[in-house]
Amino acid sequence: MRNRLLIGTTLALMAGWLLPVLTNVAAQTPAAQAPAYRAPRTPDGKPNLNGIWQTMNTANWNIEAHPAGPSPVRELGASGAVPAGLGIVDGGEIPYLPAARKKQQENYANRLKLDPEIKCYLPGVPRSTYQGMPFQIIQSTKHIMLIHEFAGAVRTVYMTDQTEAPADSWMGWSNGRWEGETLVVDTKGFNDLSWFDRAGNFHSDALHVVERFTPRSAETINYEVTIEDPKVFSRPWKMSMPLYKHVERNAQILEFRCVEFVEDLLYGHLRKQPAK
Amino acid sequence: MTRAWAPTRGARRWLLGVVAAFLAASALSAQQTAVPNTARPYKAPRTPDGQPDIQGFWTNSTYTSLERPDGVTKTYYTPAEAEAAIKLAIQREGAQTEPGTTADVHYDFSQFGLDRSQSLFVRNLRTSLIVDPANGKIPPLTEEGKRRTAQRAEEQKKLGGRWDSAESNQLDDRCLIMAGPGPPMMDAGYNSNYQIVQSSGVVMILTEMIHDVRIVTLDGRPQPDAKVRQWMGVSRGRWEGETLVVETTNFNGKNPFRGSDENLKVIERFTRLADDTIEYKFTIDDPTMWTRPWTAESAMKKTVGPIFEHACHEGNFGLYNTLVGARLEEKKAAEEALKKGSK
Repeated sequence: MRNRLLIGTTLALMAGWLLPVLTNVAAQTPAAQAPAYRAPRTPDGKPNLNGIWQTMNTANWNIEAHPAGPSPVRELGASGAVPAGLGIVDGGEIPYLPAARKKQQENYANRLKLDPEIKCYLPGVPRSTYQGMPFQIIQSTKHIMLIHEFAGAVRTVYMTDQTEAPADSWMGWSNGRWEGETLVVDTKGFNDLSWFDRAGNFHSDALHVVERFTPRSAETINYEVTIEDPKVFSRPWKMSMPLYKHVERNAQILEFRCVEFVEDLLYGHLRKQPAK
Repeated sequence: MTRAWAPTRGARRWLLGVVAAFLAASALSAQQTAVPNTARPYKAPRTPDGQPDIQGFWTNSTYTSLERPDGVTKTYYTPAEAEAAIKLAIQREGAQTEPGTTADVHYDFSQFGLDRSQSLFVRNLRTSLIVDPANGKIPPLTEEGKRRTAQRAEEQKKLGGRWDSAESNQLDDRCLIMAGPGPPMMDAGYNSNYQIVQSSGVVMILTEMIHDVRIVTLDGRPQPDAKVRQWMGVSRGRWEGETLVVETTNFNGKNPFRGSDENLKVIERFTRLADDTIEYKFTIDDPTMWTRPWTAESAMKKTVGPIFEHACHEGNFGLYNTLVGARLEEKKAAEEALKKGSK
């Protein structure tokens, strides 16, 4: 009896282990790999995404695969050097239109002057997600807030009172819906000023971003993004990565009011010089 | 919105004028904010997890000044006096737009949203937001408070004139922080709008001005190490019946509230009194600076959302242009002095 139970349990466990493995073989994207995890529910019955999340990759340096490299600022030496990354772009390469790839290369060459992150500008989407600092999801029935540490960037995802973007903005205008376990956030109304990373990957004001947040365990979310921008890319393309939850009991989003840290950089040349 | 850079400078000047001269407030919702409530028949709706629901879009825009104007001795205006005070306040607010004046060139207050009277604002019969001390005034500074105030003025002087550098300019012109987010949350001059979202164990308050977000934790956790210092401090909250009580410490002291310092503790009380009203009380406790704590009372009125992105720093042409202008004027003055010298 006891043995039979043990064998039964073992078989069940093996099946549970094998099934995802077998599915993996056919899978093309991480979403397809996702086991059928059912997230705990909020009091109003939705998958509970509340918490402080962060990515663990080098996408903010370059969303495409890249080798390690020296620091763009000589004085920072190894502490500012670029770690290698396997890339988060599905299929490996961003499908730029030829002129756009050239512009990306120019952006890269002039990145110390042009990267909006250096100026403490709002990071745009989806860079805000993988920029490297934590962000908090605060979920209510009508609004889901995405609150980022970097520059205090914030997005309201409208779940009910949805409208078109009233005007262009850095963080866009986000409307959301639930598709089973997945929160789907549809964002438009971007300006053309934010970048995707420090490598000069960019978009235009025709950018349309669709993000899919699918819980894959109590402490991880599969995060998939579809990027569409016919002025810059030859076809829609995808990024994907996991989000990891902060489990420290005292975790909280702290202030990173970086305007103060860039004033000398942006306005220092306009400082009054002492009389000669 | 990127127009933000323009009004900030004027807003500060205008606020000063408002504070100095305004006698504030009207009759319409006096029963909600001005008269002490003995019975509260209203019970707020509940969030799915059972908190009193204070979610939505709110404004604390008001013509009522924090301190009681000089010469006024009573606690409440009559409805007629309050209306007259508001009328006068609106006149002064609009005075900047007189055609042909410098202020008019700077920007036009009749532009929608800049003049408080064109949007919803909180009406109140009170002659000041301060309810304790009873004279409606901020209590006297301590000796240490006087010393620190003088020291702060000295440090500001060392930074130079307002247009000497970005760092010597005002916090709002620099898009660092404005009057709205606090805490305490105060009328910001314009766009005094807030969005509140509640979830399990947390209340989030988004201030329209510079998209400042405050996340109030409700799980009883202690304040972080005293070395963690923030512009908006660190806020911890709890529900006491129908009232959300929020205590904030760990300020960095760089955005003084009426002269407060880094030992400031702010205790706020949010109580929903009606579908369209949250009573907002706050106590300022900074024993380094003041001889006693003091308390003010105002309200937040339900307003129409949504709130649009206020990318202040990203569009801060005003700061850049004023610095460029100041350097050009210096150059011109130097050239003229040289010309005079060579004659």
